[in-house]
Amino acid sequence: MMASTHGQAAGAAASGPRSVPVIALEGLTKTFPGADGRPVHALGPVDLRILPGEFVALVGPSGCGKSTLLRLIAGLEAASGGTRQRYGTPFEAPSHEVGIIFQDHVLFPWATVLENVLLPADILHLPRRVADERARKLLALTGLSDFAGHKPQMLSGGMKQRAAFCRAMLADPRFLLLDEPFGALDALTREELSLELSRLWGELGRTAFMITHDIDEAILLGDRVLVMSPRPGRIVADIAVDLPRPRSVDTAAHPRFQAIKQQIRRLIFERRST
Amino acid sequence: MNARHAGRLLTPAVYAVCLIAWEGLVHGFAIPSWLLPAPSQIMAAALAWGPELAANAFVTLRETLAGFLLALALSLPLAGLIAFNALARRSLYPLLLGLQSVPKVALAPLMTVWFGFSEWPKILIVVLVCFFPILVNVVAGLDSVPSAMLDLMRSLGAPQHMVLRRLRIPAALPALFTGCKVAITFAVIGAVIAEFVSAQSGLGYLIMITTSQSQTPVAFAAILVLTGISVALFYAIEFLEKRFVTWKV
Ligand SMILES: Nc1ncnc2c1ncn2[C@@H]1O[C@H](COP(=O)(O)OP(=O)(O)OP(=O)(O)O)[C@@H](O)[C@H]1O
Ligand SMILES: [Mg+2]
Repeated sequence: MMASTHGQAAGAAASGPRSVPVIALEGLTKTFPGADGRPVHALGPVDLRILPGEFVALVGPSGCGKSTLLRLIAGLEAASGGTRQRYGTPFEAPSHEVGIIFQDHVLFPWATVLENVLLPADILHLPRRVADERARKLLALTGLSDFAGHKPQMLSGGMKQRAAFCRAMLADPRFLLLDEPFGALDALTREELSLELSRLWGELGRTAFMITHDIDEAILLGDRVLVMSPRPGRIVADIAVDLPRPRSVDTAAHPRFQAIKQQIRRLIFERRST
Repeated sequence: MNARHAGRLLTPAVYAVCLIAWEGLVHGFAIPSWLLPAPSQIMAAALAWGPELAANAFVTLRETLAGFLLALALSLPLAGLIAFNALARRSLYPLLLGLQSVPKVALAPLMTVWFGFSEWPKILIVVLVCFFPILVNVVAGLDSVPSAMLDLMRSLGAPQHMVLRRLRIPAALPALFTGCKVAITFAVIGAVIAEFVSAQSGLGYLIMITTSQSQTPVAFAAILVLTGISVALFYAIEFLEKRFVTWKV
């Protein structure tokens, strides 16, 4: 039942056939103990491989288990069944090689923007001078240099998400997880930040897995768009986005963009009506 | 005069009107000073008894601060224990919350029986009245850390002491100050009531003695000083709060 057109786009970055997947999930499931004693089957089984350099986007209806899947990939949640491997090794706990950007920026209100961005350096005992330099470079890259000494409450929603991005990138993670990073923002800021992320991701050349509600955003950023079914969430489609990079404001006007969008919308709404 | 000036002058104006009315009432109805002294008589007494007021205020202030700091030193580790240890939470916390309902000032005579006529009974009463508001607020503060922030720390592999220092303690600071502000107000009341029960010094003692000797203006002056101490301590904590809690939650 995989409506897969996958195959052409995964090679967006260097990923030969022999490269080890960043993440490999097999038959992964998650069941929560429900409040009334009846277990809630939230997710799966899910099979998923994310290759180095890929940007994988996931769309699906609310409550289908997207965040649960991301937390399982992050190692923040224990799996109920199946196997998961990170760089070819089974794992249970988070790794500092994986950066996470949460839906709500999760900046500490008592610390300045710079201190927030430097948090991973403190925890991982990175050399202070190197970390400082890198933090300032990231803040400059995201246009936040003038706000390094400000408290997060003085920043707009979009700026807070940019700061969260800087923090996630500070320890130079090989793999970035994003849970609806722009979900709380207005449509304009969202598109602006999406394009910015696309550009940064292109420059920094990382692997990424992003959850979103927004089909446009998924296509704009992704090499692949995964579509999830309602709860219990399964991946019902894996659609290659064969649009040229770098992506821009004009990408959405591309006929191929519209065709892919229509394909995804059909997948979501046809499933819903049956 | 514009509206902003009028607003700033309103409060002093209200005070002035009340004081003048009070002064007028006392003189108009020829109320004896042992029943209700006029503001001018209270001021005169405050000046005449200045050294006694200061010496006794110092005693009360010392008891209040010693009790408050002791309560802080006791409640912070206990709050940490309750917040991080499930067993302590289930066993200690209900017990402590139950003890909170005991009217602490009612224990003042017992304290004298147990600890004699030193300053300790007063300090212990202050400890008792300060302890619970601080404890309850700090536990709530340590509990209030958003789970997403804990996830963030976990995703970075932060050890427990780092989570405590970088996340839980700052997150609990606003609640700590809320607890301290409640506690410091109780502390002054506790010290005075303990002095009512048994003391040879302190503003509570001075109020008792002067009232029984019909030197009501002095008692009023002592109450005035007491109010000043209470307000000053409250604002001292608020000052610290503004220094350390520079964010909105
Ligand atoms: N800790 C938990 N305990 C119990 N049930 C949970 C827990 N976390 C998630 N669930 C349940 O699992 C299901 C999937 O939740 P999840 O947060 O993964 O959805 P989502 O797809 O991210 O939704 P949204 O798009 O609204 O963020 C939901 O039905 C939710 O109620
Ligand atoms: Mg979610």
